[in-house]
Amino acid sequence: MTEHEPSSVDVLIASDRVPANARPELLTEDAIWALLDKVLDPEVPAVSVVELGIVRDLSWDGTHLTIDVTPTYSGCPATELIEELIAEAMRAAGIRDPQINRVLTPAWTTDWITEEGREKLRAFGIAPPEGSASKMSLLGADEVIACPLCGSTHTERLSEFGSTACKALYRCLDCREPFDYFKCI
Amino acid sequence: MTQQEVLQEYLLRLADSDMILGQRLSELTGKAPAVEEELAVMNVALDLVGQARNWYEYAAELINDGRDADKLVFLRDAHEYRNLLMVEQPNDDYAVTMARQFFFDVWHYFTLKSLVNASDERVATIAAKAVKEATYHLRRSSEWVKRMGDGTEESHRRIQDAFNLLWRFTGELITPDEVDHAMFKAGIGPDPEQIKQDWFGMVREVAAQATLTVGEEDAWMYMGGKRGEHTEHLGHILAVMQFLPRAYPDATTW
Repeated sequence: MTEHEPSSVDVLIASDRVPANARPELLTEDAIWALLDKVLDPEVPAVSVVELGIVRDLSWDGTHLTIDVTPTYSGCPATELIEELIAEAMRAAGIRDPQINRVLTPAWTTDWITEEGREKLRAFGIAPPEGSASKMSLLGADEVIACPLCGSTHTERLSEFGSTACKALYRCLDCREPFDYFKCI
Repeated sequence: MTQQEVLQEYLLRLADSDMILGQRLSELTGKAPAVEEELAVMNVALDLVGQARNWYEYAAELINDGRDADKLVFLRDAHEYRNLLMVEQPNDDYAVTMARQFFFDVWHYFTLKSLVNASDERVATIAAKAVKEATYHLRRSSEWVKRMGDGTEESHRRIQDAFNLLWRFTGELITPDEVDHAMFKAGIGPDPEQIKQDWFGMVREVAAQATLTVGEEDAWMYMGGKRGEHTEHLGHILAVMQFLPRAYPDATTW
């Protein structure tokens, strides 16, 4: 990734984004987590980045904010956008120059998607990951995936991959609707 | 070569194989035999390019001559590329595309699985992420090999032809050279003997289920990709892949 040198114009615009009446020093860490929980995944706008489990850590001393974010997949094209959306949300709350670190380890797993996140995925029409990533076998049988629309377990896989890297394509054999399945990794 | 130069060389091999296969698969955009295959192939390509970026970024830090990941990809010529010859072979018949993927995925899966335990922390970190993706790729490509092999007379013939066509490039996957040996000794790279056993083990197992015949272990093999000696195909891939950044070297936004 090529970074360009911030020009004075960029600095001016960045500082303009911070509301004049903001009092970021009053924000607690919990409040920042709550703000992050409002940042939605741009490709799966049903869940927040916190529910998805990709915000790993944050440190906040009242002035400096550092947030650790991990990508779902090595080539996830939303990685940069998500980092920018998080930074934008923090600036909107009055925090200047939030630092977003991209961490690869430990590698993201669907086990980190919260219970709320799973329910929201289902309500959105995406079947949440089944079982535990650590127990997935290489060439073993597939998990039974329930249709997020009618609940039937009478489903079949159409493709190992779906509309984004993190999903697979399924079809319900009862209600006949195709649906995305959030792959278990 | 110093220890660090060996590591740089090894990282470029991993990166280049991912990158070139990612680019090859991308050629199928809009041309895959079915929409599900299109989705799958593009996603595999995306994973591979993402992994390549992680390896390139680490390599660029070690090389430390001002080049970043983009410059390593777009401004090196064919003889500087270190990818396996297998991944630069044309997509050809879809059976060839899938056989190529399968042979590569088996090698990739076992290699990454071993790299997860590398003594170099950064290598272990990148591999831990990538191995999950490679596992998925292998599940899919081995399924396809079985479906085609154990399918109709025509699908069987076509995947068997693909196996025969590509067999001469498999030796390079499992024949170690001094860089592979040095990386193993350093506690980073996999045990070459183990990779060879694992690779043959899985390829034979899947081939048996697919009712396919595999070539001889001591068949004559094309090698040289890891040293920068490539088949004619790589130059054409680079011509397409590198044209834009070479024509407009100062462009920062596409």
